[in-house]
Amino acid sequence: MFQGLSEKLQETFKKLRGKGKLNEADVNAAMRDVRMALLEADVNFKVVKDFVAKVKERAVGAEVLESLSPAQQVVKIVHEELIALMGGAESKIQISPKPPTIIMLVGLQGAGKTTHAAKLASLLKKQGKHPLMVACDIYRPAAVKQLEVLGEQIKVPVFAQAGRAAAEIARAAVEYAFKQGADVLIIDTAGRLHINEELMGELQEIKAQVQPQEILLVVDAMTGQDAVNVAETFHARLGLDGVILTKLDGDTRGGAALSVRAVTGCPIKFAGVGEKIEALEAFYPDRMASRILGMGDVLTLIEKAQEAFDEKKAQEMQQKLRKQEFSLEDFLEQMQQLKKMGPLSSIMEMIPGIGKQLKDVTIDEKDMAHVEAIIRSMTSDERRKPSIIKDSRKRRIAKGSGTSIQEVGRLLKQFEQMQKMMKQFAGGLPGGLGKGKKGKRAGLPFVR
Amino acid sequence: MAGFFSQLKQGLVKTRQNFVDKVGELLTGRRKIDEELYEALEEALIRSDAGVNTAMELVEKLRQEAKNRKLTEAQELREVLQELVADLLGAGKPLNLAERGPTVILVVGVNGVGKTTTIGKLANYFRREGKRVILAAGDTFRAAAIDQLEIWGERSEAEVVKQKEGADPAAVAFDAIQAAKSRQADIVLMDTAGRLHNKVNLMEELRKVKRVITREIPAAPHEVLLVLDATTGQNAIQQAKLFQETAGVTGIVLTKLDGTAKGGVVLGIQGEVRIPVKWIGIGEGMDDLRPFVPRDFAAALFSGLDEADG
Ligand SMILES: Nc1nc2c(ncn2[C@@H]2O[C@H](COP(=O)(O)OP(=O)(O)OP(=O)(O)O)[C@@H](O)[C@H]2O)c(=O)[nH]1
Ligand SMILES: [Mg+2]
Repeated sequence: MFQGLSEKLQETFKKLRGKGKLNEADVNAAMRDVRMALLEADVNFKVVKDFVAKVKERAVGAEVLESLSPAQQVVKIVHEELIALMGGAESKIQISPKPPTIIMLVGLQGAGKTTHAAKLASLLKKQGKHPLMVACDIYRPAAVKQLEVLGEQIKVPVFAQAGRAAAEIARAAVEYAFKQGADVLIIDTAGRLHINEELMGELQEIKAQVQPQEILLVVDAMTGQDAVNVAETFHARLGLDGVILTKLDGDTRGGAALSVRAVTGCPIKFAGVGEKIEALEAFYPDRMASRILGMGDVLTLIEKAQEAFDEKKAQEMQQKLRKQEFSLEDFLEQMQQLKKMGPLSSIMEMIPGIGKQLKDVTIDEKDMAHVEAIIRSMTSDERRKPSIIKDSRKRRIAKGSGTSIQEVGRLLKQFEQMQKMMKQFAGGLPGGLGKGKKGKRAGLPFVR
Repeated sequence: MAGFFSQLKQGLVKTRQNFVDKVGELLTGRRKIDEELYEALEEALIRSDAGVNTAMELVEKLRQEAKNRKLTEAQELREVLQELVADLLGAGKPLNLAERGPTVILVVGVNGVGKTTTIGKLANYFRREGKRVILAAGDTFRAAAIDQLEIWGERSEAEVVKQKEGADPAAVAFDAIQAAKSRQADIVLMDTAGRLHNKVNLMEELRKVKRVITREIPAAPHEVLLVLDATTGQNAIQQAKLFQETAGVTGIVLTKLDGTAKGGVVLGIQGEVRIPVKWIGIGEGMDDLRPFVPRDFAAALFSGLDEADG
């Protein structure tokens, strides 16, 4: 359902002028796509508005780099701005010079606080700390029990007291930590709505009692437009220090990450990527940016393309394509350029829209080697005019390349189809490698 | 319903303190219909999580209707939009109950959306109707999930059928159905572990649970309820699609509508897979479950906006 942003941009830019500087009309057209992509990814409406305005400012008049298409240039700018907004990787817990360090987890119901209390405890324990988990969710049925079970699993003690207020429990836990020599306290709190006055007051009370070093908002990565309201209110009431983004092992685009960051300014410190205790990762703004845009690892690809491609050659190729003079000779050259970019499968994965379809496609590196060998066994006449290759030539080529006549035949046929396709898409250079679900071939938009 | 509305509105009032909202201003009074108004409505829909495409489609339809009906005033437009939203959602559907023998209701969804709580609420609802209810502790994975369900069993006075943590959920389903048959229970509410829809193994496990249920009672499960958290964005569409494919979802329970999220994504879902919303959750208590009324939901999407200037 989601179309990657760069694919959309590619479409948009097809209608536009080619090179040079990005002019205002081009950028406006592109920003419509950017806006749609961000909204589809659940970035908050208002955050999108601000973001797009900012990017537009930077993009208008920007020089399009030699080796990039205008669409790529826009993607690059958008991507960079997203990363800048989401901040550097700061997956650190502030450790208090005077132990215990107190970490408090807060958030809506069902966000994953309890699980992440245990994940954090386990991580800190591995780093040589002596954590203590504190069960302050006194409302949800069996929440205390859940924390206790997890504590047992990871061999971290759990402090719980029946019949007392959450803030009292937290306070008692600090005293207990002193006695027990625990150096990190992780306080699990009940999930609550940000508009619940009474329960928000309870959190403030806990904060006042124990003065945590870190108050972390636990946010479900699947959260939609409401993420800003939630984050803003929690931040206003408690003064957040960071965010844990959970359930990133799902297939959500995760625009909430951007929304939350934009309204609180707090760094996202950790990402939850599974139900297992170990499934806790540092947060990588660059990956998140690509994910929000639905683009695989596009930036890497752009960088690689920049390195590997000779701009002049690419333009010649483009010319040939337009005039449909693309020969097997050119094809061979393309393959050489592609090879410089690394293993084909990893490149394909990075191309938006292809990643998902990869399941249906088998790109065998061996096949590619065969293709190359076959073309190399042809004379230059044959490469330029494959139609002259009849049976006896096929036999010779197969022999020379160590392949079979069938393989040679197949390649010729595929090439013929590819040429036909090019007539349809005179714009971009077809990869001719991947076959989409509906038999639509996914082009290699970055090979320009 | 009154409580539900005032709660929803309260939430919206709070929200507005953070975001100056123009929609309400635009929709009230004797204002004439203009482009700005359509844009504001589209914005309101997007901000309810309806999704960009759904929002644009709805507003496009609205333009058509406004033309056809020759509307001129903003207030009228709002009513038509509410109509369109309600139409998209379809009529509220009652639960499908077995004519004879136990009705089996399988409850599914991603982690933390409110499955177990919804089961507690449903148990309470059926108990009040004088039904004999069995809860099946099918979440054998999450720590203390069984204990959690047992507490709901006590609260609602429903019997809980369980095995040990780590047991096969299909085996729990089997046990629960046997128990229901032998004890002549009316309703079996089957809890399942939260699972992300893109986890193939876990979805296969769910398929197996369903298969075992159908093997024991051919017409069962009579309902497969997908629990969705109203706070969820566009990913809920993916959830609906994949749970539908795996488990044949018959209805949606939209939870956490007592917050400020509006759950507009159920509109987007209708465009992809038609699954009726059957219940809404409006709190953590046993009574915080309401039947879904499309017109009320549509009204709530834009409610509170009236007082935007006040
Ligand atoms: N405010 C509010 N909270 C709810 C609602 N429904 C459930 N909750 C809360 O959401 C949290 C998660 O609910 P559960 O019922 O445990 O969710 P679940 O889907 O069973 O979770 P897992 O089994 O862990 O996947 C709990 O704190 C519930 O009290 C609702 O309608 N409104
Ligand atoms: Mg549960």
